[in-house]
Amino acid sequence: MTEKDLVIIGGGPAGLAAAIGAWEDGIRDMVVLEREKQAGGILRQCIHNGFGLHRFGEELTGPEYAQRDIDRAKELGIPIQCNTTVLSVTEEKVVTCVSAEKGLEIIHARAIILAMGCRERPRGALGTPGTRCAGIYTAGTAQKFVNLEGFMPGKRVVILGSGDIGLIMARRMTLQGAKVLACVELMPFSSGLNRNIVQCLQDFDIPLYLSHTVTNVEGRERLTGVTVSEVGPDRKPIPGTEIHFDCDTLLLSVGLIPENELSRTAKVELSPVTSGAVVNDLLETSVPGIFSCGNVLHVHDLVDFVSEESFKAGHAAADLILHGAKRSDTIRVLDGEGVRGTVPQMIRRGSADEVRLMFRPAGVYKNASAVVMCGDREVARKRAMIFTPGEMAVLPIPGNKVAELDGDITVKMEVKA
Amino acid sequence: MFDILIVGAGVVGSSVARALSRYQASILVVDAACDVAEGSSKANSGIVHAGYDAVPGTLKAKLNVRGAEMYPSLCEELGVPYRRNGAMILAFSEDDRSTLKKLYDQGIKNGVKELRIIEKEEILALEPQTSPEVVCALLVPTSGIVSPYEMAFALADHAAVNGVEFRFQTKVDSVRWEKDHWEAETNQGKIQARILVNCAGASSADLHNQMGGEKAEIIHRRGQYYILDHPDVLPFDHTMFQCPTKMGKGILVAPTVHGNVLLGPTAEDIQDPLDVATTAEGLESVLKAARLTWPGLSVRTAITNFSGVRAHEIHGDFMVGKVAGHAYEAAGMESPGLSAAPAVGEMLEEIIVREEGLEKKAQWLPAPVHPRPFNEMTDQERQAAIEADPLYGKIICRCEVVTEAEIRAAIRRPVGATSVDGVKRRTRAGMGRCQGGFCSPRVVEILAEELHIPMTSVRKGGPGSELLVGTIQEAMAKEAEA
Repeated sequence: MTEKDLVIIGGGPAGLAAAIGAWEDGIRDMVVLEREKQAGGILRQCIHNGFGLHRFGEELTGPEYAQRDIDRAKELGIPIQCNTTVLSVTEEKVVTCVSAEKGLEIIHARAIILAMGCRERPRGALGTPGTRCAGIYTAGTAQKFVNLEGFMPGKRVVILGSGDIGLIMARRMTLQGAKVLACVELMPFSSGLNRNIVQCLQDFDIPLYLSHTVTNVEGRERLTGVTVSEVGPDRKPIPGTEIHFDCDTLLLSVGLIPENELSRTAKVELSPVTSGAVVNDLLETSVPGIFSCGNVLHVHDLVDFVSEESFKAGHAAADLILHGAKRSDTIRVLDGEGVRGTVPQMIRRGSADEVRLMFRPAGVYKNASAVVMCGDREVARKRAMIFTPGEMAVLPIPGNKVAELDGDITVKMEVKA
Repeated sequence: MFDILIVGAGVVGSSVARALSRYQASILVVDAACDVAEGSSKANSGIVHAGYDAVPGTLKAKLNVRGAEMYPSLCEELGVPYRRNGAMILAFSEDDRSTLKKLYDQGIKNGVKELRIIEKEEILALEPQTSPEVVCALLVPTSGIVSPYEMAFALADHAAVNGVEFRFQTKVDSVRWEKDHWEAETNQGKIQARILVNCAGASSADLHNQMGGEKAEIIHRRGQYYILDHPDVLPFDHTMFQCPTKMGKGILVAPTVHGNVLLGPTAEDIQDPLDVATTAEGLESVLKAARLTWPGLSVRTAITNFSGVRAHEIHGDFMVGKVAGHAYEAAGMESPGLSAAPAVGEMLEEIIVREEGLEKKAQWLPAPVHPRPFNEMTDQERQAAIEADPLYGKIICRCEVVTEAEIRAAIRRPVGATSVDGVKRRTRAGMGRCQGGFCSPRVVEILAEELHIPMTSVRKGGPGSELLVGTIQEAMAKEAEA
């Protein structure tokens, strides 16, 4: 067993930012463990642009965005160990990992940052009936085939779900000569960013069917068609509304799930709402010394916010390593009406640091406010023309207000009458 | 000309092939599908039944009980995951109690040991997730679970190392006796053999009728299932049945040998044995019935659903034995066909050897050693495995922790994987919660390398199931033309 001050699991944007953050604060005895052959995570296959507007003030492609952090990490001398899969993490912060080069390694860390990202929900999770033929891919798998491997997974495409990767792939497949017949969304609103609806569907005349879903999958060996039905308010298909599409490909963009298998082996408390860890405002989990950030904590829309959050986790881990644990009593952050999955779920009592609450509205709210209440007292408020579940809301509480908190706080949506 | 032609490479055909591979005979196994166990054998409950529910005196009863006896040592020999987890048949009313009593009596007559009827309190103590509506249950400690397709793969491998040849995508259209041999017309041309053995599952009645047997007829009965991700703690350790009906053994809730939870099957008579689609109604009925056993069931962790088709012969019993001169069969192999498969091999071996006068080979090679899955190794074993083969250090499937070494080995097995599904069933790569989302591009690459074919020729399953339709360059060239 080797000893390390800091082990960061995952070399995507979250892990890279966390590593840079910790290094800048003086941590040197650290390693980033990455399972793929290169760092960069899912950004490597996101060759479209639109990344980095908030952080860099310019539009980068995914690989360009990732490269900035990879270059910075290299410049600093941060060790990134690729081709290495972590098999388990324990509460005692023992990390077991394997690689072809080094075999099985066991590392005891003083602090761990979980930055494993998320995965896509597969068809089986939806219970979509029909055959199990070839031609059904998650949007991300198709994106990997097209952008990293250079292969087309199909020619006539229906997309189920309007998540961002699905929308991006609608455009990508169209640009590669495929015919995208429809994008089908179960909810009455899209779960993707508005700019992607406009730039990836509308600009290419791809119809978006809201309140619809795929109700049958046909084809013995390769997909030959799907049936799409309208759904009622209970999200159950309405008989008689069936539309049939002849297609050879069905892409699924039906949700992302934080990949918390290792958090589970470490007995980190998870939130049933975000499927990520329950953390305090330092992004420390229920297990002291284990931090979580990026899409493994909660699924973000923008990588810029992943980086911002992860720098913070890196700083917090560095502080713990250099100055010892600073755990204190916490107050809870609760989801109120119209709010889902607020992160962090806890704030250290007596802290005077700014806290940026992030959450998803439960529905579409127009001319509304997100409000933070501490008992009857309003702590913070953010007004917007529109709040939608497809865009994560950020609500900062200034340090002086945080210092005044004397009890649990609730985040809720308020619509002006 | 082969000495023996076995039609069907399911768990039964593979079992018969392995049994006969002990003898001096050239043996060919053909199957219409692209791999071993592509029919009923791959999509069933994976239960090694104890033998209480077959009518005493039938072949089903005899072969089930004998097969179940053979399973533990056979699985150990072949390296196939098997566990004697026990079963319960639940009664939800006092009326059902009489059904249980009948099953109990049948079980005793069939020679099933340790059977006991237990009351609600004991059921809930053993399986606390069981519905409190339960009244009593038949406890069957000798019931087991097995990975059905892995069983078939291992049997086929063992047969293959002893000289049995396997040909896939070879569909037998007709058979006829020609003076001194059988002639099978197939989509791959004529095949001649001195002895014909029909293990053709869903097609076994057609073949039986052509071989000159008394008219048989098979009803194709489809069963739909749900698979849930492996939880940290299994909701049930026993296989939880409900009282059987005329159509089958009812909906079960069971752990699998790999720690997943299986729900199903439905029982629907269908026309086309290849129609393995699931339906909204079918899946809904599985959940509804499973909730009777397990009120706490949540489908949030569902990772896939599938259908299997079992071959129900209308007379109700297995047809195992001699059909005509130099013609043998194991037909109508519905449940408990998996449980019976080893015993069917043994029985047909005995009959064919006696009738045909086969001589034992001087040497019968042992089953190929199947290394323990990386996922189940200790840290020390993992370290040693990676030192011996660094590809053990490359995890391809992160959900089920499957290494590149294991995927390559699966393709190089005696009857190796030739498709993504073949790799999946042999290694579990792609069987986890992401259902191949992350690993399938890598598996496609490895298959292309190992089989020396282009990526665009790699298939999910059979011909026509290619995963990629072309390269980006081709697509762009076409676009430019247009």
